[in-house]
Amino acid sequence: MGRYILARAALAVPMLGVLLTLVFVILRVMPGDPCVALLGGRNVTPETLDRCRQALGVDKPIHVQYVRYLEDILRGNLGTSIRTGLPVLEELLLRIPATVELALAGMVVATALGLVTGVYASLHSDRPLDHGLRIFNVASFAMPVFWIGLMLVLLFSVRWRLFPVGGRLDPVAAATFEPVTHFYLVDTLLRGDVALFVDALRHLALPALTLGLVVSGFIGRMTRASMLDVLDKEYVTAARAKGLRGRVVVLRHALRNALIPIVTVVGLQFALLMAGAILTETVYSWPGVARYLIASIEARDFQAIQGTVVFIAIFISAINLLVDVLYARLDPRVRF
Amino acid sequence: MIARHYLLLAGTVLVAGFVLVTLLAPVLAPFDPTAPTLGGRLAPPSRQHPMGTDQLHRDVFSRVLYGGRVPLMVAALSCVVSLLAGTVVGWISGYAGGRVDRVLSLVMDAIYSFPALILAIAIVAMLGPGLANMVAAISFVYIPAYFRVARGQVLVVREQDFVEAARALGASRARILLRHIAPNTLSAVMTVPSFNIADAILTEAALSFLGFGLPPPTPDWGFDIQNGQRLLQAGFWWLITFPGLMIILVSLGFGMIGEGINDLINPRRRRRV
Repeated sequence: MGRYILARAALAVPMLGVLLTLVFVILRVMPGDPCVALLGGRNVTPETLDRCRQALGVDKPIHVQYVRYLEDILRGNLGTSIRTGLPVLEELLLRIPATVELALAGMVVATALGLVTGVYASLHSDRPLDHGLRIFNVASFAMPVFWIGLMLVLLFSVRWRLFPVGGRLDPVAAATFEPVTHFYLVDTLLRGDVALFVDALRHLALPALTLGLVVSGFIGRMTRASMLDVLDKEYVTAARAKGLRGRVVVLRHALRNALIPIVTVVGLQFALLMAGAILTETVYSWPGVARYLIASIEARDFQAIQGTVVFIAIFISAINLLVDVLYARLDPRVRF
Repeated sequence: MIARHYLLLAGTVLVAGFVLVTLLAPVLAPFDPTAPTLGGRLAPPSRQHPMGTDQLHRDVFSRVLYGGRVPLMVAALSCVVSLLAGTVVGWISGYAGGRVDRVLSLVMDAIYSFPALILAIAIVAMLGPGLANMVAAISFVYIPAYFRVARGQVLVVREQDFVEAARALGASRARILLRHIAPNTLSAVMTVPSFNIADAILTEAALSFLGFGLPPPTPDWGFDIQNGQRLLQAGFWWLITFPGLMIILVSLGFGMIGEGINDLINPRRRRRV
């Protein structure tokens, strides 16, 4: 096990290197001068451009820039935001809990929905219910995340006033709220404030549902396919022959074994989830990493853009590594 | 037979309908999508304006009809570009093998592991908004999808006897790859756009929703939804509902085609358990 983790981690290093190089190529080498992009074409004197290039270090030869770029990342220096004057890493660390909280909640919703619809579809395969669920799954895949989010806001917040429109907490409570972990569900409980916890939960509900609906289609499809594979196996027939109740056969004998490939898929959905989070955070004014990226682009804050993309690259690599290790734990057959 | 392939059929009808409507928008649209009408500001759906009007007195129905032009064009163009690029690189990678293959695969895996939308946003943020830049960004992020299939197919085909025979006859490496291997990978590669184009449409919609699309007043579903978002809390539901439904129907249509083709290729027909 320990050897597997080490080997897998060793493999993640070149991958991360390629990923960081890719980010560098996109942000620095591709046509388009960050300073021209940042300052806009109008009313910019050559001196201003030169000063900007010097400040960002993009006046140096490209290989020098590349080495400095990697050095900075290794030192944990993601640059300083022009907008706020704070180190980008510091800003991101404040915001990542919001994104992770949202992603985890979305994942819970997606997994629950996906498993239920997938198992149902597999038990009724090629019957109207199955076709209906398949269309739902394909449709959930076809819906733009931001549109689902806006429709939910329209119905649940604007029309029925059941849930707040956006943010993580009631603005009045948020003004005096001092987060510790920045996971608001945890923080409110740490304070022992149940009312505030419920408030945080209510703020989380719609964003999580939005994100969950999008990813659930994928998990549902995977569950259906995996269940169909398993339901044909002899041990399932044997379990039925023993006279076990249908529910026991399905849940204990079939689903348990069908879960293995599903876990991988759930893990791999993290990239999709991050993309969904960008749009969900935009719709719900959720103060996470994705919203920071969009705000940085709008403010033409180059260091912040680069830092955020690098941060996301490292984060995704770490998650993928984690999923692989978890997978190896779940399925003892996985050996390196 | 037809009943079995209802997904493919329904998807094709849906997509064909949309392409037709989009092409015929100048004929079908009752109003100019960019000019104010006399219907008033933010008027709810009525007989004259079946989808209402927006805050600039424009007819939403006409905007919706025109609004598919940019997404469909961007998605189609990006699919072509990433198909060409991904397939060629995949051929080279699979046929060359060795170090070239390892490096190319690593790069493609890196692109693939990154959330497509975030990568596309980063590219558009650097290149600036606009049609060509959106195509560049979207086609770049989907190259690995084509690369993987093309490379995988080359690995299978290159081991076959007729390739061996061509080699024995003294054909050059380029000739073997282009004449003997490449054509046999195309049928697999050609299935990729069927599910990729739906993704491309959603990515385009997301980019223009976030404001990286064409400048106003060009009608574009994603951008129109962003416009409607600002008025959402006042309850003007028609501004976002209709463009959104269009995005869903189009990507659903493409998704159904992809699903249908998938059924055709591996008909995993199961008896009921």
